[in-house]
Amino acid sequence: MHEISIAESILEIAEGQARAQNARSIQLIKLRLGEFTTIVREALEFAFEIARQGTLAEDAVLEIETVSILVRCAVCDRATQPVVGICLICTVCSFPMEILTGEELQIEYIEVETEEEWIRWNLSQKELPQGHQSESRSRPTS
Amino acid sequence: MFEEHGLLVINLMSAPGAGKTTLLEATIKSLRGRCRLAVIEGDLQTDLDAQRIQALGVHSHQITTGTVCHLDARMVARALTVFPVDELDLLVIENVGNLICPASFDLGEGLRVVVCSVAEGEEKPRKYPVMFHRANVVLINKIDLAAVSDVDLVELEANIRSVNPNATIFKLSCKSGIGLDEWTDWLQHAVAARQASVLVGA
Repeated sequence: MHEISIAESILEIAEGQARAQNARSIQLIKLRLGEFTTIVREALEFAFEIARQGTLAEDAVLEIETVSILVRCAVCDRATQPVVGICLICTVCSFPMEILTGEELQIEYIEVETEEEWIRWNLSQKELPQGHQSESRSRPTS
Repeated sequence: MFEEHGLLVINLMSAPGAGKTTLLEATIKSLRGRCRLAVIEGDLQTDLDAQRIQALGVHSHQITTGTVCHLDARMVARALTVFPVDELDLLVIENVGNLICPASFDLGEGLRVVVCSVAEGEEKPRKYPVMFHRANVVLINKIDLAAVSDVDLVELEANIRSVNPNATIFKLSCKSGIGLDEWTDWLQHAVAARQASVLVGA
């Protein structure tokens, strides 16, 4: 259930960035999610569907990239991808290992539609000849 | 915001029943006169823990989360309005008893302290690696029960190291008092180091 508050935080950050750019809506949120977190991807996607209602990201796509765990020995430099469980003591030299990737919960980027883009799109619709109105282009960024 | 005040903040986490509140009571008694501290308590229901801390004459505030399994930074920020943050050296946030989700929520703390009681067995660090991996300090509590629980303390410590080679580990018992001084002396040293870093503008 904690994915709800994660989803709310993601939206808060994304909306803050979008407002700073005078965006009228968010089209896409790209997230990097490490395997070595307690966040469940499916639960986060479900939470996002609920949390985004009434926000600038109401129609946004949430794109999640899963980042695998990669550990590396600080001494012998051996890098491995643990399959079952995680052990940070190097099996070769017994020195401590560090986690290189897998702890991410990061908004990589967002795509927004600005007010100017929206106005331009609206104008372009009006300029189209009457007969073509019904087969008008889809909105550029949606 | 904690950084500006030279205040050391601890996020205290464990499974339910590992002895967080009892450990906190023992720590408060030991640090009495040595530093000014306050406590934020997190539980689903009741203010029983906050009452226990208040009984020791220490400012405490209870957050009841309802059904939420962890504290998050927004809850802590709201609670802070009732604290004289400027007059404190140490703020302890006792999280909801849970070895899973509290691991993922940064509360603005300086130190993450995980309590692991021996009666939970040797394998908890391997079963809940995110929690133990992200701890700065692991307190192995109730070591007076090691023999009757048939738990191997050496194996437990090795399991903690296997997911967190850099953890600072203390073995103690709040009941017998063994090992408690090592922990509280270390903590007092950490509080002093925190203040010193602000004084020199580090």
